Amino acid sequence: MLTEHILQRLASIVGPEHVATGTVDRITHSFDATQQQFLPDVVVHPGTTEEISRIVQLANEERVPIVPRGAGSGFTGGSLPIHGGIVLVLTRMNRILEIDPDNLIAIVEPGVVTGHLQKEVERLGLFYPPDPASKDFSTLGGNIAECAGGPRCVKYGVTRDYVLGLTVVTPTGSVIHTGGRTMKNVVGYDLTRLLVGSEGTLGIVTQIILRLLPKPEARKTMLVAFASIDGAAQAVSAIIRGKIIPTTLEFMDGAAIDCVRRAARIDLPLECRAVLIIEVDGDRALLAGQAQKILDIVRPLGVLETRTAETAEESEAIWRVRRSVSPSLRALNPHKFNEDIVVPRSRVPEMIRLLEAISARYGVPIVNFGHAGDGNIHVNVMVDLDQPDMKDTVRRVLDEIFRTAVGLGGSVSGEHGIGTAKAPYIAMELEQPTLAAMQAVKRALDPNNIMNPGKIFPPDIAEHTGCAASPPPSLDPYHA
Amino acid sequence: MLKDKALEHFQDEIAQCVRCGACQAHCPVYLETGREGSVARGKIVLAAALLAGEIGLDERLREEIGLCLLCGSCTAKCPNKVPTDAIVAAIRRRITENQGLSVLGRGVAALTGGSKPLLGALVKGADLLAPLLFTNIPEASSLRLRFAPAALKDRSLPPLPKRNLFARVPEFLEGDATQPVVGIFAGCALTHLYPHVGEILVRLVHRLGCSVFLPRTQGCCGMPATSSGNGPLVASLAKANAGAFAGRALDCILTACASCHAMLTGYSPATVHWPAAELVDIHVFLLRQGLGKQLAARPKWPHRFRVAYHDPCHLRAAGITRAPRDLLRALPQADFVDMEDSALCCGLGGTFAAAHPDLSRAIGDRKVAGLRASGAAVIASGCPGCILQLQDIIDRAGLAVRAMHTLELIDQALTGPPP
Ligand SMILES: Cc1cc2nc3c(=O)[nH]c(=O)nc-3n(C[C@H](O)[C@H](O)[C@H](O)COP(=O)(O)OP(=O)(O)OC[C@H]3O[C@@H](n4cnc5c(N)ncnc54)[C@H](O)[C@@H]3O)c2cc1C
Ligand code: SF4
Ligand code: SF4
Repeated sequence: MLTEHILQRLASIVGPEHVATGTVDRITHSFDATQQQFLPDVVVHPGTTEEISRIVQLANEERVPIVPRGAGSGFTGGSLPIHGGIVLVLTRMNRILEIDPDNLIAIVEPGVVTGHLQKEVERLGLFYPPDPASKDFSTLGGNIAECAGGPRCVKYGVTRDYVLGLTVVTPTGSVIHTGGRTMKNVVGYDLTRLLVGSEGTLGIVTQIILRLLPKPEARKTMLVAFASIDGAAQAVSAIIRGKIIPTTLEFMDGAAIDCVRRAARIDLPLECRAVLIIEVDGDRALLAGQAQKILDIVRPLGVLETRTAETAEESEAIWRVRRSVSPSLRALNPHKFNEDIVVPRSRVPEMIRLLEAISARYGVPIVNFGHAGDGNIHVNVMVDLDQPDMKDTVRRVLDEIFRTAVGLGGSVSGEHGIGTAKAPYIAMELEQPTLAAMQAVKRALDPNNIMNPGKIFPPDIAEHTGCAASPPPSLDPYHA
Repeated sequence: MLKDKALEHFQDEIAQCVRCGACQAHCPVYLETGREGSVARGKIVLAAALLAGEIGLDERLREEIGLCLLCGSCTAKCPNKVPTDAIVAAIRRRITENQGLSVLGRGVAALTGGSKPLLGALVKGADLLAPLLFTNIPEASSLRLRFAPAALKDRSLPPLPKRNLFARVPEFLEGDATQPVVGIFAGCALTHLYPHVGEILVRLVHRLGCSVFLPRTQGCCGMPATSSGNGPLVASLAKANAGAFAGRALDCILTACASCHAMLTGYSPATVHWPAAELVDIHVFLLRQGLGKQLAARPKWPHRFRVAYHDPCHLRAAGITRAPRDLLRALPQADFVDMEDSALCCGLGGTFAAAHPDLSRAIGDRKVAGLRASGAAVIASGCPGCILQLQDIIDRAGLAVRAMHTLELIDQALTGPPP
């Protein structure tokens, strides 16, 4: 528990109505989308950068852990207060401060919901491309802290590619400004890039300058059914070699198609073992030609069927097939482990085959879908944890999946971050000197390790470098 | 049915919540407060903590559980269809069982069931009560309680009808022998507040050839009682209403109030012997009877106005979104526009508006932008509660728009001046 003195100072900074210590408030801020729970000591809803700076100074002086929280939709435990302390919720700071069509920038507070900004800029004919599936509820602060991505990243990149500048309260309470309003800026270190993806461990983002684009005039959606995952993967490479960058290139593997088929009537050929959903955008006049070119490129690659949406409804129907995968998984088994590995684009088929082998070896269903265009695969291990020894099996399966991905030159996380959930696997991918460099940065900015402690770095590594250890990852799965 | 299940029996549904947070995008209360305790996910976590004995029914819990419109928006968009409204209602019943009714809840009980004379007055539909509703008995109307007494003095109210529905139409109207015999559950609002709409309902259905039965012994559907956590009162109202329709062979029972529809479909078969007749929303019924085609066949009026539609949460949750739009599209006197945010809650929410008038209004005001952009002169809806709330929202925003029941527009189309 925090002392009465600290609580009083918090209340005097933000006002007593924005400080809560009751069990009810602590419980409602104890979890994120990992479904793990850790109670904070106090929940604070600040309203300004100035208030946050004073809160962080206080936390630093008193050595109290402080954990920034956006919408709490993170998949890796980033906003969990694993060592108690202060949960700092940024949802009150949800104003769009400026949209500047001349310079194509937007200035926002961190609590703005991604989809809300998108809607507002699109009214003005502008475009903010990053589109995590959680965009209707995740915050831009959370997107920046995790460097969120989405299907459109094939053509448009991820959150990192749209952040021009940040206002940040550092772990000692200073307010710093990184980058700025201009596209070009090489003055000093690129702290913006350092902070994007730092998972709330290096400071609290309190204002964001984002880059915008003109909104593409139109888009066109296609669905292509393949007889094999290899055909689909070759298609992805062929399209890119053909000098066309689609907006999205989403795939579903055979297991995913089976799931959807079981849950609903979908009219896909029975032999279909992989599906690509391809979208192109741009000038209306050019789209039909682009779509045709793509279909010409893929046709020789074992294509069973192609479908091109002519209307918004038809496009929606195609996307519905993709979206119906997640809900249909529950039929397989009650518990889902949803991992977010990434491999070089050309190695997706190999990875899928290895995943199929792992699935067969351990006798657990593994369903894969995701972003073929950038090699980001959402691997869903479906199990029933009530079966004997299943927890142990899952641990071994996950371990093997991550090793395989890293072995193919890939990564253990494409877009969800490390947090606590992936911390045990970070050393598979990063060498000791690289980890040490990261921790040196952390210690320099956060000498007392108060800023979201226990995240990213696993216990054993954290111990001998002095960063507080995270608890071992628990096997609390998602219920599918 | 989930409506009267105890909290303990919601374990499985609670376990279905994967804490994804998707409900944040759809919860009207969360969109205003931005606080995790307001949204479905926070409430589900609290329900789990209650069942685990980690928290009790303290004041903060009661506050958070009070912050729910029971609108079902979260459930509709939840990947696992977690029935948060039913779970919140179960917690409210538990609070009531343990701590008794709130002041508001006692008001609801007094008006809709608890105290004999008023129950009698409402159930028998005395003409006496109607003119008194908002003048002489300031705290004494279930309608008042539902429609925000705390904010009543400066909100828009319809002109007060002198005669209620029961005084306007007979209990039974004989129709064509080949057509269905239908019962009508009018509900408090169409009986007392908008009896002219209730009358359109009865006469339109009769005009289509149906025999119409409007039993005088029907009472409140129980929505305000549900909202205030009064389980026993809901059960006794359900019994009384089932009794009112018993003893007559009916093909279906119609509602023209979204909330009544939701309540009646949710009556527990374990406690209530509801008649075998199917419960049908009026929009769905009229389309079935071919009214859409009839309307579309009428010559278009030369001077038409724009009409938008507001989805009542309780019709949307029942999947009834197309039928009202199909009818509005068929109107000869108006051009239908699907406004942005048509499915956003109006903010009324059972007793929510009474308990949280400011929040309720803030939620309702989110409708203004879409309505203004639509250019509509009329906003139609299928729920009298929504209509009352919408007119208040419109008047406060200074828009020149009228909120009307879809039935009023249909009546206008059928009886209005020839083009
Ligand atoms: C259904 C679902 C689908 C998803 N789909 C995707 C997807 O397609 N792509 C993807 O990339 N992710 C996805 N995610 C994961 C998640 O939504 C993203 O990681 C998102 O960016 C988190 O935002 P948030 O506001 O919820 O942040 P939170 O979960 O609250 O926090 C995430 C991290 O950011 C930190 N943080 C939050 N705000 C700040 C701030 N202002 N300053 C500093 N640190 C801060 C927190 O401390 C924490 O470490 C999905 C999640 C769900 C539940
Ligand atoms: S959308 Fe459903 S599963 Fe997701 S957090 Fe809300 S209630 Fe839980
Ligand atoms: S029922 Fe409505 S108000 Fe209640 S939690 Fe769900 S969306 Fe929010």
